[in-house]
Parts: sequence; structure tokens; C-alpha cells
Amino acid sequence: MTSTATNPNGSAVETVDRRRPMLFRTDVLIFLSLLALVTVGATVLAQAGFVSTSFVKLLGKTLCLCLAALAMDLVWGYTGILSLGHFAFFGIGGYAIGMWLMWDRTELIVVETLVRGALPPTPLEIEEAIGTQIFGVVGSSDIPWLWTFAGSLPLQLAFAVLVPGAIALVFGWLAFRSRVAGVYLSILTQAGTLALSLWLFQNDSGLRGNNGLSGLQNLPGLDHVPQSTVSLWFLWASALALGLGYVVAAWTVSGRFGSVLRGIRDDEARVRFLGYEVEHYKLAVFTGTAMACGIGGALYYPQAGIVNPAEIAPIASIYLAVWVAIGGRGRLYGAVIGAAVVSLLSSWFTGGGAPDIDLGVYVIKWTDWWLVLLGSSFVLVTLFAPKGLGGFVDLWTNRRSTRRDDLGPDQGSLRAEEETP
Amino acid sequence: MSALLEVSGVSKSFDGFKAIDNLSFSVGEPELRAIIGPNGAGKTTFMDLVTGKTRPDSGTIRYGELAQDLTRMSEAKIARAGIGRKFQKPTVFDDQTVTENLTMALKSPRSPFTVLTRRPSMIERAAEVAQRVGLRSDMNARAGTLSHGQKQWLEIGMLLAQEPRLLLVDEPAAGMTAAERERTTEMLVEAAKTRAVVVIEHDMEFVRRLGCRVTVLHEGRALAEGSLDHVCADPRVIDVYLGRPETADA
Ligand SMILES: Nc1ncnc2c1ncn2[C@@H]1O[C@H](COP(=O)(O)OP(=O)(O)O)[C@@H](O)[C@H]1O
Ligand SMILES: [Mg+2]
Repeated sequence: MTSTATNPNGSAVETVDRRRPMLFRTDVLIFLSLLALVTVGATVLAQAGFVSTSFVKLLGKTLCLCLAALAMDLVWGYTGILSLGHFAFFGIGGYAIGMWLMWDRTELIVVETLVRGALPPTPLEIEEAIGTQIFGVVGSSDIPWLWTFAGSLPLQLAFAVLVPGAIALVFGWLAFRSRVAGVYLSILTQAGTLALSLWLFQNDSGLRGNNGLSGLQNLPGLDHVPQSTVSLWFLWASALALGLGYVVAAWTVSGRFGSVLRGIRDDEARVRFLGYEVEHYKLAVFTGTAMACGIGGALYYPQAGIVNPAEIAPIASIYLAVWVAIGGRGRLYGAVIGAAVVSLLSSWFTGGGAPDIDLGVYVIKWTDWWLVLLGSSFVLVTLFAPKGLGGFVDLWTNRRSTRRDDLGPDQGSLRAEEETP
Repeated sequence: MSALLEVSGVSKSFDGFKAIDNLSFSVGEPELRAIIGPNGAGKTTFMDLVTGKTRPDSGTIRYGELAQDLTRMSEAKIARAGIGRKFQKPTVFDDQTVTENLTMALKSPRSPFTVLTRRPSMIERAAEVAQRVGLRSDMNARAGTLSHGQKQWLEIGMLLAQEPRLLLVDEPAAGMTAAERERTTEMLVEAAKTRAVVVIEHDMEFVRRLGCRVTVLHEGRALAEGSLDHVCADPRVIDVYLGRPETADA
């Protein structure tokens, strides 16, 4: 669709509908290619024995974190809702899938042991044995109601998405309806996260208290498949989820929907007067991103092997915001860059990868000093590169010239200017 | 000409201060109406009340054939019912292009699901509006890069794009050059041919050029109503407003 008009200078101005299918947009294409390159590259190197299984797992987990960061960027960078609770949704996804992994595997083991007995086991006996196996650590053998459907993979997979979605829907509805915004909303989400993790820490929460769910790297019935293969499956699944997430996110922030989101971020009152129900939009984004985080968590924790209440601690959600800020909020690849760079660096530093620095009088151990380094980088980025690492992309695209930020005070808004004819 | 908006006996106080005091006001369709009054007279508050930003303490605000009670509707719903508002300070989305600003405003379904999944091309309609407000050649410019006057036009364009039945315009000429004012006057007069337009202004010269019926607001009350010459001759108006020009622009 093309139409032209002539401006006063005589030059023709063209209005072209430049919409391209989402898959063929430059940034999406570049992102998907890089993602494919990393995934295929890691697979080839792993098969050839050049990279370890734990590295493949680290890579797969990082992709899941990138998905969470992408969600965070949508909700914060684009819509302006600084949710400091989205990592809780990630954890819930992990718990949901972890319940099935633990249950099913325990059931297989229990049945195997019991059939060696004289009589075939009754279902009640099996259930009791599972209960003792799983909940023995918290001094109980009763199966909590939360585990009602733990034996069903499809249901637990659905819960990994629907439980975060439902919690976000109720929480968001209450908060947005009463127009809680800004710092108050951030505090509220932190409080919610804290409450959830404190509840999970209790032994009678039904989710094994501070032990959390463990042994999640072992897929039920697939004991004969080596971890080196399982890790590649999860790497591919994580890459697929991130790739899909990126396309969906890019589609969401494009067009009028994206305009409305950015409008809400910049001036939500104005958006209301344009006739958009701001609360509905916020709720949609809040809930949708919570579900995306649930998917990320469901893929992450089987690779991590364990999920416990510490994962859901308030600080985890703050990290998520820090990644997005360092990567550059308001641009999708920024969030991915931030999450990937910071979490990979973090495991390098805290995993003893970085050599200690001997200053003579003091030895800098990176395991202790990494957080200080992260904190300082956050401050530095905020001060000197407010667009984040993603902002460097502007240096070689020409977005710089069209997206200049501060235009200085608006002359016309000054009362004195009005008097001059 | 029947009344499109019927404000009756509306009062609103802020911490005991009566910003709007038993105000009654009505506007027909189509009609161009100016509301003038010194700063602090309650002009913006009046607009807030009609658009649902603030709720009155008492009184009713009825709108349209169905006499919908605006005091019970959300801002967004009021906007969708056909009431557009231009703020005193130009409020356009600086970070987005002229096209994006206009597209958001264009009359169309507003629910999140529809907006997300149904994406008809709106570029031609946006271009049409841009043409009307003289921004046809700036459609790909970010709104933040426009001049003050152009921003005001963009905002007027966004209002026109909404295709409202009632248009409320708060001090459109503020900060404009003489040429820009003239252009703005034309746009408003043109818009008022098919709809109700209420212009809030404290600049007498601008109101004179609009050549329409005028309501004088003072301390939250309607002091006088009629042609500009008529209200200017009213001794009470002269006393509170015209007699003290220095306070008018304070
Ligand atoms: N939200 C508010 N809270 C307290 N006082 C307000 C509020 N809005 C307006 N006012 C007061 O109401 C009076 C009328 O203000 P306003 O409607 O902005 O006047 P105008 O637009 O005619 O200059 C002013 O004295 C102002 O201080
Ligand atoms: Mg005002």
C-alpha cells in the first residue's frame, strides 16, 4: 500500500506500509540465526567431545534465563511495570515440572522394589511407599493435596504455565484495578515473592520445605540415556522456547499493541483518554509474561537438577531486573544480551573460573567479590550507558540519528514565550 | 440543536476549596463553544470532571441521546463513547513517530485481544489525518523532534483521528506563534462544523477569532454566557477578568 504527498519543499513523501511478516524482520532473523548457530555449534562440539555436559547444561539454562529476561523486558522495558516478582513464576514452573519428575521416577523405583516381594503390590502400598520416599525428609509420608496430579505429565506441564498465569491474573487484577503503580507495585511484587518463598520454606507446605525438589536431571524411565544426550535435548528445547518467545515478543511489541504498551509506559493517563483500558493491557502483559517465565522455569530446573525455595527469594527477581537494565530495556535483544552476559559471567566468576588476584596485602577471591563487581557494573551502566549493552548496537545501525533522546526544555511550554507574537 | 453534553449542578472541592461550585453548562451538536476565565477559575477541573479524571462531589453529567451518566464511567469508556480531550500541555508520545501516535488514536476497536490479533493497515487513514493537521511530511518523525506548535497539531490530529462527537480542547494556542494560532483556529472551526467543540482559553484575541458563543468561568461558577461582545459588556465579567488583565495571564 503506497501513497504519496508533496510537502512544502516540493519533495515527495512516501507512506509505505512497511510491515513484513514477523519472521522476516531483520532483528528477528539475526536473532534466530545466532541462536541456531549457538545451539548447533554447541551440539557439534559436544558430540565431538570438545565441550562438557555441564557446559551444555549451563548454555541451556542460560537460554531459559534469557527467556525470563525477555518476559521481564516486555513487562518492564515496554510496559513500564517494574515487577520484582517475575522470577517467582519461573520457580513455580520449575516446581510444577519437578513434581512430575520426582513422582514418576520414584514410582518406577518403588514398583520395581515392591514386585520383588511375595505378593504384587496394591495401589495403596505403592502410594505409601512413594510418600515415604519423597516426604521422608520432612518427616511425613502423607501425600499432600498439591501432589494430586503429580503422576500426570500433561497436567503438570499445563500447571507450569497455568499456575503462574492464574497467580499473575489475580495479583495483577487486584493491583492494577486499584491503580497501584510505580514503586508501590514493585514493593507489592517483592512482598508477594517473599511470602511465597517463606511458605515454601515450611516443611508442611507440601513441597519438601527447604529441601526443594531434587534429582530432576533424571528423566523417569530414561535412565539408560546418558546425561550428555539429555543435556542436548534440553538445550534444543530451551533454544526452541527462546526462539519462539522472541518471535512472539517481537510480534507483541510491534504494531498498535506495541504502541499502546509504550504509551502506557510513558503516559498512561493519556492512553486512557484515547479510550484504551490501561488496566486490561497491563493485566494481559503481566499474565502473559508470567506464563512465559513458567515455561522458562519448567525447562531450566530439569537442567539444574534441583529447585528449592531459595530460587524464589526476592533477590532473584531483582537480578532479573538488573540483567534487563544492563542489557538495555525496551529492546528485546538487549534483555537477551543482558541475561546471557551477566549469568554466564556470574557462573564463571562464582564457579572459580576467574583466577584470584593477589594484591600482596589482599587476595581478591572472585567468588566473594563477584557481587561487588556486578553491583558496580550496574551503577556504571545506569550512569554512563543508560541504554545498556544493547545500546552499543546503535553505534553501527543508524538508530542514533533518529532516536536522539533529550531535546532539552520545550521552549513553547514556557509561559513567557507566549507573549511574543 | 439538542444538547449533547448536559452538566447540571456539579460541585467539586479539593481539601475544602471549591474548585467547581454548582456549575451548570450544556453544549449542543454541532457547536463551537469557548470557555474563558482567569487562571484557577476551574477550567481544567471542569474538563477533568467531564472526562472522568476526577469525580464530582455532587451533580450530574449526562451525555448523548442515551443520557449516559459520565460520572460513573471510566476514562477509557468515556473516551470510547466519543469524548476527546486535548491537554493544556501538549501530551503526545515523544518516543513514537507521528504515524504511531495517530494510529493509536484512530477510531478502531480498543480491546487488548483485538488490537493484538487483528492488524489491519491503518497507514492511509493516518496519512489522511496528518494531511489535515499539516504533518503529512513529518509522518516518520518522532513526535519528540517536532516543534511545540507541531506537537499541538499532532495532538489535535490525534483528537480528530478518534472521531469524537465532543472535543474538549484545553488552551490550544498556548505557546504558539501568530501563524500557528491562525492555523489552529482554522482547524478548530473546521472541526466544529460536524461536532461539538469546547475550547478553553484565556487569550481573548484567540477567542475573538473563533467567533463563537462564550461561557465565562469564575471561581468555579458560570458568570456569564453569550457572544464575546455580550459577555465583555457584562460588568461582573469586567470586574473579575477583563478589568484585571495582569491576573488573567498570571
Ligand atoms: N487535583 C487537585 N488537587 C487540589 N487542588 C486542585 C486540583 N486540581 C485543581 N485544583 C485547584 O482547583 C483550582 C482550579 O484549577 P484549574 O481547574 O486547573 O484552573 P484553570 O484551568 O482554570 O486555570 C485551582 O485553585 C487549583 O489549585
Ligand atoms: Mg488550566
